[in-house]
Amino acid sequence: MNALKKLFGGNTRQFGMIFALVALVIFFQIFTSGRTLTPGNVINLFNGNSYILILAIGMVLVIIAGHIDLSVGSVAAFVGISVALAIRDWHLPWYAAVLFGLLLGALIGAWQGFWTAYVGIPAFIVTLAGMLLFRGFNQFVGKSNTVPVPEDFQYLGSGYLPEVGPSTGFNNLTVLLGLIAVAFVITSEIRSRRTAQALGAEVPEAWVMITKLVLVNGAILYATYLFATGRTGTSFPIPGLILAVLVLIYGFISAKTVIGRHIYAVGGNRHAAELSGVQSKKVNFMVMMNMSILAGLAGMIFVGRSTASGPFDGVGWELDAIAAVFIGGAAVTGGVGTVIGSIVGGLVMAVLNNGLQLLGVGADLTQIIKGLVLLAAVAFDVYNKTQGKKSIIGMMMKNFGRSSEIAPDETTSTKEVISKEA
Amino acid sequence: MSTPTTHPDPILLEMRSITKEFPGVKALSDVSLRVKVGEIHAICGENGAGKSTLMKVLSGVYPYGSYDGDIVYQAEVQQFRDIRASEQAGIVIIHQELALIPELSITENIFLGNEPVRRGIIDWAEARKRSVELLARVGLREDPDTPIKEIGVGKQQLVEIAKALNKSVKLLILDEPTAALNESDSQHLLDLILGLKGRGITSIMISHKLNEIEQIADEITIIRDGKSIETLNVKEDGVDEDRIIKGMVGRTLESRFPDHTPKIGEVFFEVKDWNVGHPQIQDRLVCKNSTFHVRRGEIVGFAGLMGAGRTELARSVFGHSYGRFISGQVYKDGKPITMRSVRQAIDAGLGYVTEDRKSLGLNLLDDIKTTTVSANLKKISRGIVVDTNKEFMVAEQYRKSLRTKTPSVEEGVSKLSGGNQQKVVLAKWMFTDPDLLILDEPTRGIDVGAKYEIYGIIQQLANQGKGVIVISSELPELLGLSDRIYTIFEGSITGVLNKDEASQESLMKLMTSSRKAA
Repeated sequence: MNALKKLFGGNTRQFGMIFALVALVIFFQIFTSGRTLTPGNVINLFNGNSYILILAIGMVLVIIAGHIDLSVGSVAAFVGISVALAIRDWHLPWYAAVLFGLLLGALIGAWQGFWTAYVGIPAFIVTLAGMLLFRGFNQFVGKSNTVPVPEDFQYLGSGYLPEVGPSTGFNNLTVLLGLIAVAFVITSEIRSRRTAQALGAEVPEAWVMITKLVLVNGAILYATYLFATGRTGTSFPIPGLILAVLVLIYGFISAKTVIGRHIYAVGGNRHAAELSGVQSKKVNFMVMMNMSILAGLAGMIFVGRSTASGPFDGVGWELDAIAAVFIGGAAVTGGVGTVIGSIVGGLVMAVLNNGLQLLGVGADLTQIIKGLVLLAAVAFDVYNKTQGKKSIIGMMMKNFGRSSEIAPDETTSTKEVISKEA
Repeated sequence: MSTPTTHPDPILLEMRSITKEFPGVKALSDVSLRVKVGEIHAICGENGAGKSTLMKVLSGVYPYGSYDGDIVYQAEVQQFRDIRASEQAGIVIIHQELALIPELSITENIFLGNEPVRRGIIDWAEARKRSVELLARVGLREDPDTPIKEIGVGKQQLVEIAKALNKSVKLLILDEPTAALNESDSQHLLDLILGLKGRGITSIMISHKLNEIEQIADEITIIRDGKSIETLNVKEDGVDEDRIIKGMVGRTLESRFPDHTPKIGEVFFEVKDWNVGHPQIQDRLVCKNSTFHVRRGEIVGFAGLMGAGRTELARSVFGHSYGRFISGQVYKDGKPITMRSVRQAIDAGLGYVTEDRKSLGLNLLDDIKTTTVSANLKKISRGIVVDTNKEFMVAEQYRKSLRTKTPSVEEGVSKLSGGNQQKVVLAKWMFTDPDLLILDEPTRGIDVGAKYEIYGIIQQLANQGKGVIVISSELPELLGLSDRIYTIFEGSITGVLNKDEASQESLMKLMTSSRKAA
């Protein structure tokens, strides 16, 4: 127990959600007699959920800023159909179509951001209206028809890293990616340890770091192995690649940049932020706009995967994305949440979905179980907060993002006598 | 159980060796408190000394079994399971943050959770009739149908007391009842508490305002570091403020203000003919033709009753962050400048520490280091990327120089005491390196020892050649700290007094009259 505590930065509870994810995977691996961790299934899992996870990235920023976006499914569908039509009728090449889709997303986002940030209508209302509006637009411009997209565009949603280099029995690019990830994890861990030491902050013992690195890198290498040894023609999927890049970018933005700080500040206490010189309207506008851009991207990936855009694409996505964010430790009141947390939250839902499917559990029971998991995860977090402890999920996610964590447990200090000479 | 004691002065409440532990912290250890029937008993202690914890034990917020020791009330050992149980015994606590619903009327608030019912239906006629009586008893002349949000804090406090009276209170606990009130409202409230005493209601009062305690309390129990230190009888022991402070901090404070020799330079900041309209109400001015100036190295006080327009003036100057700007000009170093947003004001070298630390000054979800740099992220960023190492170092530096008491700068600001939170807010503004720092009620809700330190910081800033404006409702604070004091009444500046010509009386006169007498 003590060893575990040291391993996970003083507090085993911090890693609750990752443990839950790992436990879930192991559970299904055992009960599906090994059908969970097969290359085919893992690739499938990523392909089938990447667009929800991309939405979760945008959604967590919206929720941190203290808003909500109910329109993402409709926006995704509208952008999807518009892009499909643009390719069919205007003969846009795939890259121009993607650019067009992102621009359309930005335009929609600007519309919603304008009403939310500058007119001051709650985002719940603005995006509820948007949900109807853009669903309507989708069916209006597409005449409620299904519009297919050409093969080069499908690559975006169902493509894989190509085979290059010598034949090794593995997909070389996937292996390369895995190795880069391992190197990145090791160097960043060592660097943050060095700076912490240089600043005089406390650092855990060396064996703690090494064990942690072995565990994390082991997981990465195992995933790499799974992705690299799939059925011929498959490897690490393109949507997964897009997702990974977005996680890196947005994780960085939210944790390390000025705009990221401002989003947390506005969500935490808008008045205090404004009196510190933060332009809260601009922040709100940008957060809403960004969400719609990502919704557009998710819509295009989905269209690519399903080879056509239809009138009922994206129905219910907003709720999946919101669930992922809240399981990942965000607070309804804003100011709390992380990108990585939301991804883990989304993966918990995805693994649950996938595993129950493999077990042959019906859609009815699957929904019941997912509902209970969402409730339990948030209840667990709330319970811990009311006990005066820090939010577990929030804290554990903090480890990944905003700080190089050394959290002391007691605060007896305020009780000290004022030892000031007078 | 207990043995009833016959006593010349009957004891209403005795708390015997109360010990309350939280994980890792002993909040109260062996605290004893005896309150006599019909007295006003004050509890004094610094922030974090355990006063509120003790009251929570008494009122059942921490139920029987979660603490050690006995509560003997009306000669019986009590085992309160929750607040309801203690209220049924006649113990009512009025918290510092008022528990009123802004949208509901006075009557509805008074009877909330205690509605008079006839055949399962609320009898509003009866409720209204009784609330008229209750309002008369607390001396509040308001229509009982007025929504709470439309009356001021002072009157809201009276409604709270009316609500307590409705519960046939025997022991009234008031936690910082006058913290948010201006002088005249405070006085009214204190008179009311004395009046209740005349009708046999015993009160326990927690307050940082020692002059008020000295004025109305019969006995004072001092708590320090979770232990009861002593109980003083105000009349017999001849207690004065210094005596109380000595008990609270465990030593004598020779002076409430650090020594300071001002080094005042030339005028560098001027506001001329400043007019600002009320944000909601058309045609109403919150600042009328205000003109004032600040010199380098000078601490300028702004005195005025609550609602006089001090905060409004300060915030409207600070980047038009309050009200509708109408006219006026700001000059800095002789040149006219415009600040239309808080950002521009910060860039122009202004800083503003708000009076309402929790709702306007801090993001309580943040830790110390992110708060410290939050108003000047540019200084620790390369491009758009925040350098978290620099952030840590900056926060550490301020933690040391301001002596903020915290295990680390990664501690959440919500865990700090009021005084230490204020130091973090000061650090945040010091880090923006302002030429003029406006401090709005800088020591509100802060204990004596920390006040002294904050005063020292303010004087240091002035010594560095910065101008400092201090807005305060506590006249002794303004008199002790300021080099010059402006008085404000109903949005107008009614006078300015130098340190040597100002007194509580002269200030009060200017603060309550529309045109200057002197």
